[in-house]
Amino acid sequence: MDLTPIWLTLKLASVTTLILLLIGLPLAYWLSKGRSIIKIIIEAIITMPLVLPPSVLGFYLLLAFSPRHGIGKWLAETFNVQFVFSFQGLILASVIYSMPFMIGPIKSALQQLPVSLAQASYTLGKTERQTFIKVLLPNIRASVLTAIILTFAHTLGEFGVVLMIGGNIPNVTRVASIAVYDSVENMDYSSANAYSLILFCITFVMVISVFVFNKYKAKSPLE
Amino acid sequence: MIKVDIEKKLKAYHGQQVLKILGEFPMGSITKIFGPSGSGKTTFLKIVAGLIEPEKGKITVEDTVWLDTSNHISLSPQERKPGFVFQNYALFPNMTVQQHLEYATDDQQWIAKLLATGKLNTLSTHKPEYLSGGQQQRLAILRAMAIKPQLLLMDEPFSALDPKMKSELITELKLIWGEQATTVLIVSHNPQELEGLTEREMEIG
Repeated sequence: MDLTPIWLTLKLASVTTLILLLIGLPLAYWLSKGRSIIKIIIEAIITMPLVLPPSVLGFYLLLAFSPRHGIGKWLAETFNVQFVFSFQGLILASVIYSMPFMIGPIKSALQQLPVSLAQASYTLGKTERQTFIKVLLPNIRASVLTAIILTFAHTLGEFGVVLMIGGNIPNVTRVASIAVYDSVENMDYSSANAYSLILFCITFVMVISVFVFNKYKAKSPLE
Repeated sequence: MIKVDIEKKLKAYHGQQVLKILGEFPMGSITKIFGPSGSGKTTFLKIVAGLIEPEKGKITVEDTVWLDTSNHISLSPQERKPGFVFQNYALFPNMTVQQHLEYATDDQQWIAKLLATGKLNTLSTHKPEYLSGGQQQRLAILRAMAIKPQLLLMDEPFSALDPKMKSELITELKLIWGEQATTVLIVSHNPQELEGLTEREMEIG
């Protein structure tokens, strides 16, 4: 059995989770503070992948980043970067597709913290940044860990959006979920079973770890 | 002198009510602020601290303007840096007693004195969840005092303390406030609770 799709999947999930963590923390913090029309629109856009068929998202990304026109053409001509049928395309699609799984738990946890925690820090002369790093973040670390694991696990299981923008190119875009589908198509049930079992085990261990980490807080990964 | 003249709309059960406060507090004085529940005592303290914006008003501390809505001046809480004891304590669950004080100040001698004042020396490595209500309240007071504020705003600061502890703590605190010339505003729904602490008082509502 070729293990490359598994390594490719783990690499994709790791890079996506790291990027989303860097984007997600400040974005979730900003969204958690008050309401405005702009915030509602941005939150709706971030949430869309939860309800949109992955193939629809993949289709629009395919159109948007096609090297024949628009942004895709400009990126290809200016920076020699191509998102369609490439690993970086998979990363872009995964970041968009898994964003609600990173933002949701962090934003929700921040909103549940008493506002007086941040206020107490401000009256001690601390900036918003200091308050976020020293007070808010340590008190939502269970939710941050949940968000990281959910994002990683969700990226492992991506299929439609990855297939649309990345195709099925061995060693480049053929991730484990596509390898399962491809193996079944080719009647290679043994490989399909091996890929599936590995994905199942990795995901199970991750979800279990969330429960173990949060055991005293009695939090489900979906909270 | 701290001069306050503010106006803020408050949401009430029967529509809106307007909180209007006009007052002067000499530097170094201790004033108890009392009034019924929902009259706006906490809101008043938060307006002074810069945590809530009033619709109209002006706050000056000596020669410094903290707030002047007509000239769009409003210093941030970080610039005003008042000591603030929250009614719900607002302790940081991730920090121990010692870390709370170290977050506010680097002065280890001052931290040691505060811990002794609040009788929390033996609990310095404990996090808030392992402290009793009274111990948490004392920590909230010590943390606010750790920055040696010019103005200390206290919202029901002694409600969880037993009479003996309250009396001992108030005696210690009065000494420190006197040494540091701290101006103190103490909110209480029960004016008798602070008898003997100060004669200055202000009623809201």
